[in-house]
Amino acid sequence: MATMVQAIRMALHYGEENLGVNDIFGEDVGPPLGGVFTATQGLRTSWNSPLDERGIIGAAMGLAFAGSRCVAEIQFCDYIYNTIDLLKLAGNQCWASNGEWNLPMTVMTPVGSGIRGSIYHSHSFDATMTHIPGWKIVMPSTPIDAYGLMISCLKDPNPTMFLLPKALTRVRGEEPIPGEPMDEKELKSMIDAPLGDRSKWKARWPQVTDYSVPLSVAKAVRSGEHVSVISYGRTLPLCAQAADELRSEGVSAEVIDLRTLWPYDWNAIVESVRKTGRVLFVNEDTEVTNFGEHLIRRTVDELFYELEARPKLLAGAFTPGVGLADPLEMASVPQLGSIRDAIRELARERA
Amino acid sequence: MGQNVKRQHSKNGQQAGSKNGKLPPFSVGQMPKKLSMGGTPIKGGQADVLPAGASKAPLIHTGQSSKKKSFQLSAEKLVAIHDTMIRTRALEERLIKMYKQSDGYFWLGGPGEEAFAVPLGMQGKVGQGLDYDFWHLHYRSSGILMPMGLNPMDVIRQMKNVVTDPFSGGRNFCNHLSARHWNVVPITSTIETQYVTAVGSAIAQKRHGGESLTVVTGGDAGTAEGDFATALVWSSRPGNELPLFMIVTNNSWGISTAAATQHGDKVIADRGKAFGIKTRLINGLDVEESWFAIQDAMSYIRTERKPFLMEATVTRLFGHSSATGANLVTEEADPITLFEAQLAQAGIISPKEASELRERYNAEMLDMAKKVKEEPMPDPSTIYDFTYFGQKGRYF
Repeated sequence: MATMVQAIRMALHYGEENLGVNDIFGEDVGPPLGGVFTATQGLRTSWNSPLDERGIIGAAMGLAFAGSRCVAEIQFCDYIYNTIDLLKLAGNQCWASNGEWNLPMTVMTPVGSGIRGSIYHSHSFDATMTHIPGWKIVMPSTPIDAYGLMISCLKDPNPTMFLLPKALTRVRGEEPIPGEPMDEKELKSMIDAPLGDRSKWKARWPQVTDYSVPLSVAKAVRSGEHVSVISYGRTLPLCAQAADELRSEGVSAEVIDLRTLWPYDWNAIVESVRKTGRVLFVNEDTEVTNFGEHLIRRTVDELFYELEARPKLLAGAFTPGVGLADPLEMASVPQLGSIRDAIRELARERA
Repeated sequence: MGQNVKRQHSKNGQQAGSKNGKLPPFSVGQMPKKLSMGGTPIKGGQADVLPAGASKAPLIHTGQSSKKKSFQLSAEKLVAIHDTMIRTRALEERLIKMYKQSDGYFWLGGPGEEAFAVPLGMQGKVGQGLDYDFWHLHYRSSGILMPMGLNPMDVIRQMKNVVTDPFSGGRNFCNHLSARHWNVVPITSTIETQYVTAVGSAIAQKRHGGESLTVVTGGDAGTAEGDFATALVWSSRPGNELPLFMIVTNNSWGISTAAATQHGDKVIADRGKAFGIKTRLINGLDVEESWFAIQDAMSYIRTERKPFLMEATVTRLFGHSSATGANLVTEEADPITLFEAQLAQAGIISPKEASELRERYNAEMLDMAKKVKEEPMPDPSTIYDFTYFGQKGRYF
């Protein structure tokens, strides 16, 4: 099975061959590196840009204005903050022009902890990004969803933000990408750039096919009766694992992968909360003005009388950064243990 | 390009004349095709060659010599330019009046930039798509769009923030123009972000081939932003040079702050030299100097597919915006006054004819403003509309 980063690469290949993607660019995105996480290796339309995030986002907007679909990468989301006003502009151009203009562009950026990236390679971006209207924002937790969500982004006429959980880039999925060879080694030999001289290397792409994960549609990855757990990205598989482990304690947790953060699948949350009466939102962005706080507010506003316990948020510590040392990173963002404890505690809270 | 310009002039002539129903077609009588009044034409040079009479001291806008000059443009062209400048000014002055009469919340615009803006708009290759020029403009650009066929009433609609405002549906300030059918991307209040977005359309044009280019305009104060440097870097990548026409209209002010107190660079255009970009400093108060400098720069970009940085000295006749009062600054030179003096001396347009034209356009704008006042405001139920392309109503 493909890794998430291989899945993204194949989706981008599908996009440049079938969906009109003309430019895949950013810092170290083109050869020889093909992206620091190798998400853009071997792609026909990839190229390196100056180390200039505002130039990258601005160029993407200009290409989109000109009707040329592109994928722009910001190497780490920690470095996207100096483009905030451009992200705001990209998100408001359709609205500001009363529907006249649209910007078909996708920005991809790795987010979150998991690689001991210290203060400037571990930040999350979902809390900030969901505060910028006009974008569609996705964050996969499996390779197949990464493939399908990327293709949906590439088909959308609006600005789309693809948040790549860097901790999951090498994780293999359980479902194959449509068209990928079943042998992992064969896939690797086809689309992973070799070490050393790559000047003559070209990817041999499998016949991948159109597969879209529709935007704004969540996915229940575990069904349960006692607690609803809503998550995405790096923490999603941890939530699923916690739910599996808690079954032996008699706790039945339903785990929902939101997949699209904005516009999100509110109906999926409503349906689950009405069933369980208890809800835990889990993500690793900092806890103050966290996206999960919005979801809690809406849960209280619209589902208050259907709740059996306080809605809860488990999120990252509100610190200026994620510290480098292992104990510091582990204590800064939700881990399996803290997620398991939060689910158990919520399930056992008296109604 | 020639055909295109002729088409625009014809279109503009219609709008200047009978299209809006109230005004007779403009005519200044029998015109000689070319006039020679003696003197040496001011033609500008590279940025290290300053406009005639200029020095490397901080720029002071005291106008230009009123001595007779030899026009190189045809009288027909000069009349068309003058007509469009007057109509643009009449529009801006009506917008200011509307602001002062509480028929709009905020004014900002480009009085003082007409001698440069109108020749720029006239020489563009105007249309939709990659075969035409793209325009990433600042908010002093009504004079650029007027020769393209801009309907002044639409600008008045935006000033009044009525639902019929075709640029933003009542959502944005006046002079935040947008016209997809002319490749004019939405103008924003940010003073320099257009320099980074312009890079993208120029990349698309370079790949597309042909002769289209991207125009980006901004003020002198905005060059302090990093986005200006981004445009210089990205447009001059070795082997990937872009057909980007970077323009700085230098009025020597940043809101209320004199540029000379903040900027050590005497000639902004010189910044392009470090990147091997062709540059030029011109007197943007002079119609012909602007016309031919723009013509030369566009010809270079269309042919060579490489960037060009032009700095045009202009004035700011009513201050930064209504935030600074929107009152006439009498110390600043008026390019229309200067142009009309030249036209009168050349016998092309008399002061009386110019005055009549001004009155005619003032009446046109007043009539438009009266009509716009009767138009409906946006429906509050539409606040979520077009957050996404084609979407209407609350979507979450």
